[in-house]
Amino acid sequence: MTSGQSDTPVLDVRGLSVEYASENGTVRAVTDVSFVLRRGEVLGLAGESGSGKSTLAYAAARLLPDSAAITAGEVLYNPGAQRDRTGAPDKPMNLLNLSTEELRRLRWSDLAVVFQSAMNALNPVMTLGAQIDDVLLTRRPRMRGRARRERARELLRLVGISPDRIRSYPHELSGGMRQRAGIALALALSPQIIIMDEPTTALDVVVQREILSELLRLREQLEFAVIFITHDLSLLLELADRVAIMYAGRLVEQATQRDLYRTPRHPYSYGLINAFPRLRGPRRVALGIPGTPPDLRTPPSGCAFHPRCPLAFDACQATTPELRPAITGSAQLVACHLYDPAYRPAPPDTSEIAASYDARAEGSRV
Amino acid sequence: MRRLLRRIGIYLVAIWAAVTINFFLPRLAPGNPAEVVFARLAQHGQVNPAALKALELEFGVNTTDPLWVQYLNYLNNLLHGNLGVSTNYYPTPVIDIISQDIKWTLVLLTISVVLSFTIGTLIGVFMAWRRGSALDTSLSSLMIFFYSILYPWLALLAVYVLGYTLGWFPFADGYDLSLTPGWNLDFILSASYHAILPALTIIVSTVAGWMLTMRNSMITTLSEDYVLLARAKGLSSRRVMFAYAARNAILPSVTGLAIAIGAVVGGQLLVEIVFSYPGIGYALFQAIQSQDYALADGILLLVIVATVVMNLIVEVLYVLLDPRMRQERSA
Amino acid sequence: MSQLSKTPMSPALIDSLTSHAALPARIPRRSRSPLALIWRALTINRKVIVGSTILAFFVLVALLGPLIVTQDPLKYTLNLMAPPSADHLLGTNQGGQDVFSQLVIGTRSTLFWSLVSGVLVMLIAITVGLVGGYFGGVVDDFLSLVTNVFLVIPSFPLAIVAAEFFSRTTLTIAIIVALTNWPWSARVLRSQTLSLRSREFITAARANGESTWRIVFFDIFPNQTSIVAAAFITTTIQVLLAVAGLEFLGFGDSGVVSWGTMLYEAYNGSALFQGAWWWFAPPGICIALFGSGLALLNFGVDELADPRLRQIRGRRKRAKGGVA
Repeated sequence: MTSGQSDTPVLDVRGLSVEYASENGTVRAVTDVSFVLRRGEVLGLAGESGSGKSTLAYAAARLLPDSAAITAGEVLYNPGAQRDRTGAPDKPMNLLNLSTEELRRLRWSDLAVVFQSAMNALNPVMTLGAQIDDVLLTRRPRMRGRARRERARELLRLVGISPDRIRSYPHELSGGMRQRAGIALALALSPQIIIMDEPTTALDVVVQREILSELLRLREQLEFAVIFITHDLSLLLELADRVAIMYAGRLVEQATQRDLYRTPRHPYSYGLINAFPRLRGPRRVALGIPGTPPDLRTPPSGCAFHPRCPLAFDACQATTPELRPAITGSAQLVACHLYDPAYRPAPPDTSEIAASYDARAEGSRV
Repeated sequence: MRRLLRRIGIYLVAIWAAVTINFFLPRLAPGNPAEVVFARLAQHGQVNPAALKALELEFGVNTTDPLWVQYLNYLNNLLHGNLGVSTNYYPTPVIDIISQDIKWTLVLLTISVVLSFTIGTLIGVFMAWRRGSALDTSLSSLMIFFYSILYPWLALLAVYVLGYTLGWFPFADGYDLSLTPGWNLDFILSASYHAILPALTIIVSTVAGWMLTMRNSMITTLSEDYVLLARAKGLSSRRVMFAYAARNAILPSVTGLAIAIGAVVGGQLLVEIVFSYPGIGYALFQAIQSQDYALADGILLLVIVATVVMNLIVEVLYVLLDPRMRQERSA
Repeated sequence: MSQLSKTPMSPALIDSLTSHAALPARIPRRSRSPLALIWRALTINRKVIVGSTILAFFVLVALLGPLIVTQDPLKYTLNLMAPPSADHLLGTNQGGQDVFSQLVIGTRSTLFWSLVSGVLVMLIAITVGLVGGYFGGVVDDFLSLVTNVFLVIPSFPLAIVAAEFFSRTTLTIAIIVALTNWPWSARVLRSQTLSLRSREFITAARANGESTWRIVFFDIFPNQTSIVAAAFITTTIQVLLAVAGLEFLGFGDSGVVSWGTMLYEAYNGSALFQGAWWWFAPPGICIALFGSGLALLNFGVDELADPRLRQIRGRRKRAKGGVA
């Protein structure tokens, strides 16, 4: 799972903040988020609905609607990170500062998107072939008609769709096929980065599995990086190299998949992981995280999770924790005062977090 | 395909219904309009037997045939293009008058509808693209006002201001009456010149509807995922706007066209009246005023049937435009 | 990872377990009187405000009509085709009648009969739409066929055909217009009924043994009030124009003063060629204005229902993060 990876950062997001104008006030959808995406890596972005994960990814790609505005931060893209990109500039560029024309040159050839429900993401009045063709036509002007058709067929074959589906309309395909077509489309110009927004949520588990293994195989072959957005954390624990967890517009934890699975640091991460029942092991009370995510127009003071956190203490309400290594020198980052030596000399271990949740579950069972 | 057949079936039933209503109404009405017609005819002396028969069948006078026999004869007559004889222009058969006047109406209608739809839709696309701008908001408000304008009133205004007072355009008749109709340049120029004001009136009255429909449809379409994807693909704004957004957004407008044809036809009748434009609308008006029921009904029936047929054509067009319609759909 | 191990609890942990976590503040529910609700509905966005104002203005004129006019609208004077003056605010017509008074009094007739016709349309449409949508099957097939057939037949020419043969009163016109304009609303209501019918609360009502008529009128219908209201507004525009159109053609009652009959008289009295713009312009403007008021209301309500159509106030200029 990690063979295509290297340490070269391909996307470096620093301090990104996004706000929406809504009728009842400004919604702070993303606040001060930083992360790094490495070449060939699968980075999972997890969180509940409304946590800002989609907004974050679309903001980095500058695909937000007009009602949203990026209020702070940089998105540094490093095109030289991938080998064989002759002619590409070596210096990283801030995507947010590019002119529309410069940005358009990067679109799809460097950064592609796969949407949640491909049923809505494919133009209903154009055939599949036409939709692949128009991006080839626009971006590879020297490619002739026959070459383009051949490329389109090749792309469909790549994702496991019969090539003569080029002439089909989206409504003539099944959900799974449409999603594959969306992936095929994303690969058309061999991009460096693919953002996938809940690509398999609308599909049944069997199809989901097929598509995901397909994706991993392609990743091995073509070495692109993926930002995989989903609320299904268990999926990420299998699929992703690293996982970033968002809550109320902030990154609260960032870890490798293994670290997160073994030692989830943030109480929210723990709650998310253990929200899923396990196939094996002793019977236990299924724990959810009581409460609901906050209203992003008026987020709670300090740490946004504190109203729901079983381990919250005074400092949590007062100051917002920064994202920093859980233990000095560790690659696992967490934004939680429990790991701040100023408040607690010894950070809690997983069993302590578990116990706090259990105690609360016990307490609620009267 | 089956869906289309079902729609065609509805249209056929509609034509049948229109014809039947036309048959029954004169018989249901209080008083006897047919007698008026007959009295008029009698004044002219010798009456062409065939035409007389047609009229009798049309109004159910002077016959002892049971109703259903009358009905069958009526239908038979229709199929042969026999719509009776005009009392006003006696002894000209109704069908002749119609075929003479209909050319004018068709030309005016086609030009007006095509221009109105095209202009309205295009502007609607741009308004949606530039949504919220000063142009968009002011134009929207203006359009809402125009939307409710009564055709003939606008026509009157045009006649008065642009025709009578300013003298920029001719405001009566279809052409300069001193010329002879024919395919010569003078005539064609004159006819075109005379058509400008009526066409303009119809266009201004109807363009608002297309504009607003397209605008709203575009706004909804622009928020669809596939439009966002098109942008993400790095396609040019123009391509996104037309091939992705407008191409989908136009579908409700086409549906609207089918429904609106009836309204436009009705409006055109009124406009022709105001401009004394020699189309069937004007002929209808004169027929009504002089109680030439045979002519009036003949025209109306034709108008109704023609509208139904036009509707059908637009529906077929819709199926051609939307590939989703070509598939079997469960209700 | 999640064994319920019995580790000794640290003091901080005990503290955190026993301290009261901050609960999210409860949002107090504001009690809303019906009047406040109506006020909010009327002022919800600009289009609704402007539309309602226009309509209110005309309604006021209609109601207070006799009090405003200074002259008898039907009285013939010798002052023929006179331009506006202090005596006659909008001049006089061919018979020396005061145009302004006619316009004011005409408002009543036009508004009243448009309303009557609109209500008739809705009654027919509701019956056909609800019955067809709810019962389905053969009944629905038949009613749909009738609806579609009449939808396809152009209403105005059909109305002319009907108007030819019947008496020339405004009531007749109103009825004829109603009978030719119901299909559109019927179709809208039918599709709404269809979607409501499959909702769970209807299934529950049926399981409870509620009688069909109760279900239709007390469960389904109340959920459609907003659709009915929107359809009513659209219908009123259509019937307004249709009634005026028929009156313009001369099918109106010559004894009645309404905006449509004024246009008829103006046309036949060659108002144009005598330059009497004060005679034929005002009725048309009134029709257009009143229609616009209705249309504005309609679009405003549309915006309420579909948030995507709303104008977003606030950030208008494209910030750094704009889409390329």
